[in-house]
Amino acid sequence: MAENVKPRIRVPNNAKRGEVIEIKTLVSHPMESGQRKNAQGQTIPRKIINRMSVTYNGKPVFEAKLEPAISANPYISFFIKATESGELAFAWTDDDGSVYKATQQITVS
Amino acid sequence: MARYRKILVVASTILAAGLAACSEEKPTSTADSGDPLAQYRANPKYAEFMSGEKMSGYVFASPETQAMQDDDFENPGMLAVQDGEAEWNRVEGAAGKSCASCHGDAAQSMKGVAVTYPKFEPKRGKLASIEHRINICRTEHMQAPELKWESKPLLGLTAYVEYQSRGMPINVKIDGPAAPFFEKGKEFYETRRGQMDVSCAHCHVHNAGRNMGVENLSQGQSNGYPTYRLKWQSFGSLHRRFEGCNQEVRAATYPRGSDEYTNLELYVAWRGNGLKSEAPSVRR
Repeated sequence: MAENVKPRIRVPNNAKRGEVIEIKTLVSHPMESGQRKNAQGQTIPRKIINRMSVTYNGKPVFEAKLEPAISANPYISFFIKATESGELAFAWTDDDGSVYKATQQITVS
Repeated sequence: MARYRKILVVASTILAAGLAACSEEKPTSTADSGDPLAQYRANPKYAEFMSGEKMSGYVFASPETQAMQDDDFENPGMLAVQDGEAEWNRVEGAAGKSCASCHGDAAQSMKGVAVTYPKFEPKRGKLASIEHRINICRTEHMQAPELKWESKPLLGLTAYVEYQSRGMPINVKIDGPAAPFFEKGKEFYETRRGQMDVSCAHCHVHNAGRNMGVENLSQGQSNGYPTYRLKWQSFGSLHRRFEGCNQEVRAATYPRGSDEYTNLELYVAWRGNGLKSEAPSVRR
């Protein structure tokens, strides 16, 4: 588990039904590509977040496969249609299997 | 190699042309006649980033860079603050203490502290930056090893402490025991150095707002430091920036945390007295 991984999420608190809203996410992670070498010439093992998935009241709404070329602290934003009040659940999967999770409430009027 | 040499020649020609403009003490009429700072002064958007004739580096940044700083979510410097918060509460050293054991909630105890630094520190017998002060606390009260300058935990802690004073005016003292160090910093600032034979003042006092090559020269204010610098693609200290400036004029650099740079830090901070602290800022 990478140290001090804290996902940050911005979701509008209130949205009108049917409105298309932007979700911004940022997770602090070194995203070590596996291509770099340390001072001793040894390869630094790859360690990235390889998958991100988002569910909206349990239904998947966004899924991304992340590759080693993505820079540290990946910032991902996407749009969804606000259909109902509820919970957005975010999950980032690390190469080592650990999953970083976060949730955010949204009120749709 | 030949190609590289050619680029170098072109670069030196441009620099030489730029420096010719610097060599006068006060530029009278150059190609860009008029006051290069007038456009910034006239823009009401920048009022909060100015204090009299002093202008924060924000004013000289591109709209994209400004937007990155304006939104805390997009400001990569906030990641350092987040690291710093974790560091603040981490128990370390033989005394079994963290920063929070003595200082409690940083939002209360550290509010307004950073804007008074660097200041004279009796324990050192000379000036101390925030970084030095953190290390004094670590060795004396926590009995933990000093953190290395520019290391992630020290940058984080510095950012976290600076963040508590965000929006407050810079207010360093230059009288009393700090006075001789201020004078040394002033001397450093005004001394020509390096192959280019220019002082800090040549660019940042006499030619602020003008271009040197493709660079738009700022007033060299330090109110946004430590900063996320796009050129570095990382978070860095003011002393790292000093080092960069010294390298750009092809001068010998001093170690980060050295007395020379700390004295200079006081002089530069004093030049910006009254400007609002923006740390962690985003700069090009």
